[in-house]
Amino acid sequence: MSHPILIVEDVSKSYDGFKAISDLNFYLFEGELRTVIGPNGAGKSTFFDLITGRAKPDKGRIEFGASDAPTHDLTGLCEYEINRLGIGRKFQTPSVYVEHTVRDNLVLSLKGPRGVFASLFKRLNSADCDRIDELLKLIRLDGKRDWKAGLLAHGEKQWLEIGMLLAQEPKVLLVDEPAAGMSDEETHRTGELLISLAGKHSIIVIEHDMTFVKQIARDNPVTVLHQGHVLCEGKFEEVQSDPKVREVYLGRGKHGTR
Amino acid sequence: MSSPTAERSFIRSRHVEFAAIAVGLVLLTVIFPVLNAHGLLSDYRINLWGKYLCYALLAISVDLLWGYTGLLSLGQALFFSLGGYMLGMYLMLQIGMLGSYAKAGQNPTGLPDFMVFLGHTFLPPFWRPFHSFGFAALMVFVVPGLLALIFGFLAFRSRIKGVYFSILTQALTYGAALMFFRNDFTMGGNNGFTDFKFILGHSLVEPDTGPATMRGLFVASAVLLFVVVLFCHWLNGTKFGLVRQAIRDGENRVLFSGYATAHFKLFVFVIAACIAAVGGALFVPQAGIINPDQMTPIKSIEAVVWVAVGGRGTLVGPIIGAIGINALRSWATQAYPDSWLIILGALFLIVVLFLPGGIVSLPGKITTWWRGRPKAAAPADSAAAPSPERS
Repeated sequence: MSHPILIVEDVSKSYDGFKAISDLNFYLFEGELRTVIGPNGAGKSTFFDLITGRAKPDKGRIEFGASDAPTHDLTGLCEYEINRLGIGRKFQTPSVYVEHTVRDNLVLSLKGPRGVFASLFKRLNSADCDRIDELLKLIRLDGKRDWKAGLLAHGEKQWLEIGMLLAQEPKVLLVDEPAAGMSDEETHRTGELLISLAGKHSIIVIEHDMTFVKQIARDNPVTVLHQGHVLCEGKFEEVQSDPKVREVYLGRGKHGTR
Repeated sequence: MSSPTAERSFIRSRHVEFAAIAVGLVLLTVIFPVLNAHGLLSDYRINLWGKYLCYALLAISVDLLWGYTGLLSLGQALFFSLGGYMLGMYLMLQIGMLGSYAKAGQNPTGLPDFMVFLGHTFLPPFWRPFHSFGFAALMVFVVPGLLALIFGFLAFRSRIKGVYFSILTQALTYGAALMFFRNDFTMGGNNGFTDFKFILGHSLVEPDTGPATMRGLFVASAVLLFVVVLFCHWLNGTKFGLVRQAIRDGENRVLFSGYATAHFKLFVFVIAACIAAVGGALFVPQAGIINPDQMTPIKSIEAVVWVAVGGRGTLVGPIIGAIGINALRSWATQAYPDSWLIILGALFLIVVLFLPGGIVSLPGKITTWWRGRPKAAAPADSAAAPSPERS
């Protein structure tokens, strides 16, 4: 068994009495590509909020530790500290710096010192520039490097944000609905990109689009969240045929349309 | 839009900006003072423009926070006034035996007049080091900087943002004004400090030597303004500049990219406070007075209007706004004394509604309109339309 890089145990979180996450147990292994699905309100985004420090759990433990580094308790850290450990997050709605050029968006995301004074005297070296060029090609925005990011199409913004995530060279990537607002072809390409990143990075993808889930899940495990806890976990086909899952999620449409 | 054009126009606009700054520097530090020395420019004008330059420093401090970082501070006049008060303490002690009470033989120790009036018999201990210009000059930075550091630390740590931050800064400056209005605060009460005589041994009031001192202060203001503009220009080109603007446009993304946004905001807040304070320190000897009225929230809001009208998020916008509006004010308050506030309000509304980029965006708007005009006027003549763009 490979090393669990992310451990979430007995975690609960409620907002004004509403239990967004209840007694959640979740383990992510190094190099894994995990897909998390679940109906609206299942707690998927809260789950990411808890890992990235945006929200603090009411109870339970969240630990992060690559095999070659000490383990860190994430519940006591704030957003930027967690990010610096190597956990990058892509938001559901693409959040890029709209007034900056595409290239500057990547410059800001490049791995490196993040302090105030370090940023005052930071000069890009040739390795940095090469890395940016490489990323621009990867996200297919090479021709638009000097465009203001605000002028990009929705799908391009999603790609730019994925590029920004990769520039940070995180160990764990948390990707929230990457295919939202993309055409079928763009969605497919996004899926291929994520598959190619697995192994080097450990990835959790939250997604609604079942075609996309099927594409990226392949033989990888899929986790189904329901009412804040794990309903079931397994390969895509197993999950798809699980009666509990059909009941709460996949089957709901069938009952509705009959 | 193609990127080469954008790049070229960007470079051109930077050239224009640099040219404007260079011309301004020569005008302010050489031509105006020389004209004044030869009697071709009145002492009154030099004094007036010297004050405008100090206001420009205040406007830059507002723009650093609001235009570049997205923090609308409604309390920058507090730091301006604090800087002024710090130098004012030195200027008050320079009066010495030339004060009214001392001349009348009622003030043997040369206390500032307001202290004699309030019945003090000795100088409060915290006033004593202000006999030294160096100490006062240091305090011009330290006191406002420290206040900004403490207030900013608390505000940004608690993640106070947007309108809540604006309200808090306004409350801060209002609270400080109330404190300075109190006589037992020994900072001159509601009359503040005035009747200055000397700065660094140079007279501020003598008819023969005073104008030269004022000219010196004018040049000092111009030089400091230039230094601050250069500093801001350098800051814009650093990665820090990129982070700062990213905080303005999407703070969450910055935070989740590993930057401690609170540290960046705190740094900008302290720098802005120091810039405003320098402006205030140069303002006081030229204006000849500093009192708590300068700290009231309305003064800070005025500075925000200058920046909005001039053009926020630009280097020259706040300078144009501060000088332009204050020049307009000194004209309008004489020509139409009753309607100045209406003129100011109308100007602000016009800019907000029709020119959100401020005055500095006007040339670009006119160019765009001019280029677009032939197409709009004669849509059939499409072959002729691209020609102005090629030239």
